[in-house]
Amino acid sequence: MITILLWTLQLFLLPMIAPLMLGIIRKMKAVLQNRAGAGIFQPYKDIWKLLHKDEIISTDASWLFRAAPYIVFAVTLAAAAGIPTFAAFLSNKFTGDLLALVYLLAIGTFFLALAGMDAGSSFGGFGSSREMTVAALAEGGLIFSLFALAVIAKTTNLFSIAAAISLNGHSFFLPIFIAFTGFLIVLLAETARFPFDNPATHLELTMIHEAMILEYSGKKLALMEWASANKLAIFIALGSSLFFPWGIAISPSMGAIAFGLGIFALKILVFCAAIAALESSIAKFRFFRLPDLLLTSFILGIIAIGMVIM
Amino acid sequence: MIASIASQGGFLLLLSFFAAGALGALAFRKNDALANFWSSAFAVGGSLWGIIFALSIFISGTTLSFHIAAALSPFLSISFAVGALSAFFIFIISLVALFASIYGIGYVKHYYKKYTIGTLGFFYHFFIAGMLMVVTASNAILFLIVWEIMSLASYFLVIYDRNDPKNIKAGSLYFIMTHIGTAFIMLAFLLLYRYTGSFDFGVIKANSAAIPMFAKNMIFIFSFIGFGMKAGIIPLHIWLPDAHPAAPSHVSALMSGVMIKTGIFMMIKLFFDVFTTAPLWWGVAILVIGSVSALLGVLYALTEHDIKRLLAYHSIENIGIILLGIGSALVFSSLGMPALAALGMIAALFHTLNHAVFKSLLFLSAGSVIEGTRTRNIEEYGGLMKRMPETAFFFLIGSMAIAALPPFNGFFSEWLTFQSLFAGIYSFSSLVVWIFILSAGTLALTSGLALACFVKAFGATFLARPRSHEAACAKESGFSLQFGMAGLALLSLVFGLFSGSIVSILNAVVKNISGLRDAASIVAVHPAQTIAVNGFASVSAPALFAIIILALALSVVAIKYLVNRKQNIKTGATWDCGTDLTPRMEITATGFSRSIIMIFQGILKPSFQTDIEYNDASMRYVPKSRTATMHLADFYRVRFYDPIRFGFMKISGYVKKIQSGNINAYILYMLIVLLAALLSASLF
Repeated sequence: MITILLWTLQLFLLPMIAPLMLGIIRKMKAVLQNRAGAGIFQPYKDIWKLLHKDEIISTDASWLFRAAPYIVFAVTLAAAAGIPTFAAFLSNKFTGDLLALVYLLAIGTFFLALAGMDAGSSFGGFGSSREMTVAALAEGGLIFSLFALAVIAKTTNLFSIAAAISLNGHSFFLPIFIAFTGFLIVLLAETARFPFDNPATHLELTMIHEAMILEYSGKKLALMEWASANKLAIFIALGSSLFFPWGIAISPSMGAIAFGLGIFALKILVFCAAIAALESSIAKFRFFRLPDLLLTSFILGIIAIGMVIM
Repeated sequence: MIASIASQGGFLLLLSFFAAGALGALAFRKNDALANFWSSAFAVGGSLWGIIFALSIFISGTTLSFHIAAALSPFLSISFAVGALSAFFIFIISLVALFASIYGIGYVKHYYKKYTIGTLGFFYHFFIAGMLMVVTASNAILFLIVWEIMSLASYFLVIYDRNDPKNIKAGSLYFIMTHIGTAFIMLAFLLLYRYTGSFDFGVIKANSAAIPMFAKNMIFIFSFIGFGMKAGIIPLHIWLPDAHPAAPSHVSALMSGVMIKTGIFMMIKLFFDVFTTAPLWWGVAILVIGSVSALLGVLYALTEHDIKRLLAYHSIENIGIILLGIGSALVFSSLGMPALAALGMIAALFHTLNHAVFKSLLFLSAGSVIEGTRTRNIEEYGGLMKRMPETAFFFLIGSMAIAALPPFNGFFSEWLTFQSLFAGIYSFSSLVVWIFILSAGTLALTSGLALACFVKAFGATFLARPRSHEAACAKESGFSLQFGMAGLALLSLVFGLFSGSIVSILNAVVKNISGLRDAASIVAVHPAQTIAVNGFASVSAPALFAIIILALALSVVAIKYLVNRKQNIKTGATWDCGTDLTPRMEITATGFSRSIIMIFQGILKPSFQTDIEYNDASMRYVPKSRTATMHLADFYRVRFYDPIRFGFMKISGYVKKIQSGNINAYILYMLIVLLAALLSASLF
C-alpha cells in the first residue's frame, strides 16, 4: 500500500511541481531586475487559462501537428518516472536507465522539432533547425557527464547511482564537481535557457524553443508549455538527486522519506536560485558560439571519467 | 520435421527457388507482366523458405555441412557449411528479400515497356542467391565465385535504369571498386592457403594456429580492406552513395540493408571463427575506423538532399556502429575477456539485424515517395504527409527506429553497443580505455546528429506545403508497396519489444563462434524482456513501451476529454507577418542542416557562392534574382583517390618505356621473370 502511494508520488511529483519551479525562477529574476514580477503560481494560472481557450490550427499542418503536444508531454511524464527525486530505494530496473532516459527525452525533441516544421512558417523551421543542432551536440555532454557518475556507482541505473553517490560520493568530490559543470551546461541548453535561448520572449528572430511552438494555441500550447516546464524539472531533479544526493531517502522509513522530500524541495530552491542568478548575469550567446560551450561540457565529462578510472 | 528441413535438401531447395525464378523470368522476358509475376512469386516463396530453413537450423542447433561435388579440381569443391551464424544471416537476407519482393510486385510496374522486366528478375534472383551462398560457402574458391555472382548481379541491377548516364557512371565506379576489394580478398585467401595448405575454410580454421604473426597481420589488413570495401567503411565508401541510389528502390533496400552486411559476416568469420586469437591492434584499428565511418557517414548524410543518397550515407554510419561492436569484441577477446567480447558481438549482430530492417523500410518508403513525385531531390518534396499518409507513417517509424528512439529496435542494439563501449571504459586502466572513451563519445555525437538528420529528412519531405508541382499532385502508392513497408515497420516495433528474446537467441549464436565459445554470458534476459548487462545496466522494452503508451493515454484522456470539452477548434492560415506565405518561405533540407554544416566546416569544407543578378547592371539597385549555391568538395576523390590514380599513371608512364616493340626484348623479359620466379620459389 505504502509502496503504491510512494510510486504515485514519484510519478506525479515532478509534473505537478514543474510549473512552480518556473514561477520561482521568474520571480527571482524579477527581484534581481528590481521588478515586482508575477506570483510564483502564475504558470499554473497560465496553463489553466490556456486549457480553456479555443484553438486555431494551420491549414498546412498535418496530424503530426495535432498529435505532437500529447507525445511531447507524455514523454516527459514517462521520463520523470525513471528519475530519482526524494527516494533512491524506489528502484526501477525497467526504465530507470541512463540511456533510456536520454533517448526518451530525444523522442520529445524529435516530435517538437517536427511539429515546428509542420505549419510551414519560416520561424518554426529555423527554430527546429537550431533546436536539433543544439540537441545533437548536447547529447554527448549529457551522456558523458551522467556516465562519469555511473562509473563511480558501477551501474547506469539512475536510482542506484543516487544511492551509491550518497554513500561514497565524498571520496570523488572533484570528478563529481567537474561532471556537474558539464551537466549544468547541458541543462541550460536542453531547457532553452540563457545563454542558449531566451525563455522570456517569442519576439526574437534568434529564438529556438519559442519559434517551434509559435503556431500553437489553446490546449496544445498549454501542453507544450507544461512539457517544457517538465523538462526543466527533470533536469533539475537529475542534477540535485544524482550529483548532490545527500539526504535522499535510502530506506523506506517514514522519517527518511519526509527528510528526503524536505531536502529535495530545498535543493530545487537552490537550483532555481542558481539558474535565476545565472540568467540575470549573462547575455545570450551568438548561435555559432554555442558549439564551443557544448564541446566544453563534453570535454568536462571526459575529464571527469578520466579522473575516476585513472 | 525440423531435421528434414535443416538438411542438404532444404538448402538446395532454397537455391532452386531462386534458380527457377531467374530462369523463368528470363524465359518470359517478352511478357513484362508474366515475368514480374513469375519472378516475384519465386522470390517470395524462396524468401519464406529461407526464413523457415534458417529457423530450423536454429532450433535443431546443428551445423550443417555438405559437399555437392567433392573435388572438381584440387582447390575447388562445392561445399557449404551452415552454422548458427550463417543461419542468422540467411534469416536476415530472407526477411528483407521477402518484403522487398512483395514491394517489388507493384514497384517494377513503372518499368513496364521501358525496360525488360525479365532481366531485372534474372539478376534479382542471382543477387539474392549469391548473397545466400556467400554466407554459406565453406571453400575459399567457391566463395570467390559466389562473391562475384553477388557483385556482378548487383552491378547489373545498379545500371538497370540505363537511360540515365549517371547510373552507368555509378555502376562503373562500383564495378571497379568492388573488384579492387575482391583482389584484396584473393590476396588474403592466397596467404591463408600458403600457410594452411587448403582453401577449405574448415581446414584453414583447424590449422590457423600455424600461421605466423606477420602473415596473420597481412591477412587482417587485406581482408579488412577487401570486405570493408563491400561494407562501405570510410575511406573505401565512395562507390556506395552513388551505386545504392541508382538501383531500383527494392534493390537499394537489399543492397543497403543486406549486401553490405556480407562484408561484416566475413569479418566476423575470419577474425573470430578462423583466428581464435587476435592481437590488440586489430580491435583498436576497427574501433577507430568504425568511429570515423559512423561520424563522417552521418555528417555527409546531413549535407545530402537526394533522399536515397542520404539513406546510403546512413548505411555507412550504421556500418560504423556495427564495427564499434565488433571492434570492442575483438579488443576484449585479445585481452582475455571473452564474456565482454560476447557482449560486443551480440551488440554488433543485433544492430546488423535491426539496420537491415529499418534501412530497407526507409529505402522502400523513399522509393514510394520517388514513385509518387518522380524526383529524388528532397527540396522538391514537402507536404506529402497529406498526399501519401501511409508512406509518411512508415517513413516516420523508420526514422524513429534509425534515430534509436525507444521502443523501436534501433534503440536496443545501440544501447547494447553503448554498454559494450562502457564496459571497455570501466574494465581497463591502460591506454586502451581512451579508445573506448573516444568511441563512446563518437557514438553519442553520431546518434544526436542522426536524430537531427531524420528530423530534416522527414520534415522536409512530408511536412508543410509542397514545394513543387509534382509533390502537390503526388498520389499514395499501391497495395503491394504498402504491404512491404507495413511488414518491415511492424518488425521494427516487434524486434524492439521482443529485444530480450532476440538477445537470448544471439547468446546462442555467439556460442557457435569458435573464438567466443567459452564466453560466460553476461547479457542476461530477465522477465518482461529485460536485458541486463553484468549487473551494470538493465532495460526493458515492454516496460518502456507501456509507460509511454500509459502516459500518452493519460494525457489524451485528461486533456482532451476531461478538461473543457466545449473547446472550439478552427483552422486558419499560418501566421505570415502580413505577406503571402509561399512554399519558398519554408525551411529547406539544405537550410535545415546549414548550421550543423557550418559547425563542422573544418571536416566538411563547404564552399558558398552567392550571385545576384540586377535588373539594370549599371544601376545596381533592384536585384532581379539572387542565388546561393552550397558546394561540398569531394574530399576523398581529391585527397585520396586522385593521388593514387596519378601515381599509377606516372608509374605506367615509366613502365611504358620498356615496351620497345622488339620481340627479342620481350623474350629477355620473360626469361628474367622466369628466373626470378624460380629463384624466389627455391628461397621461400
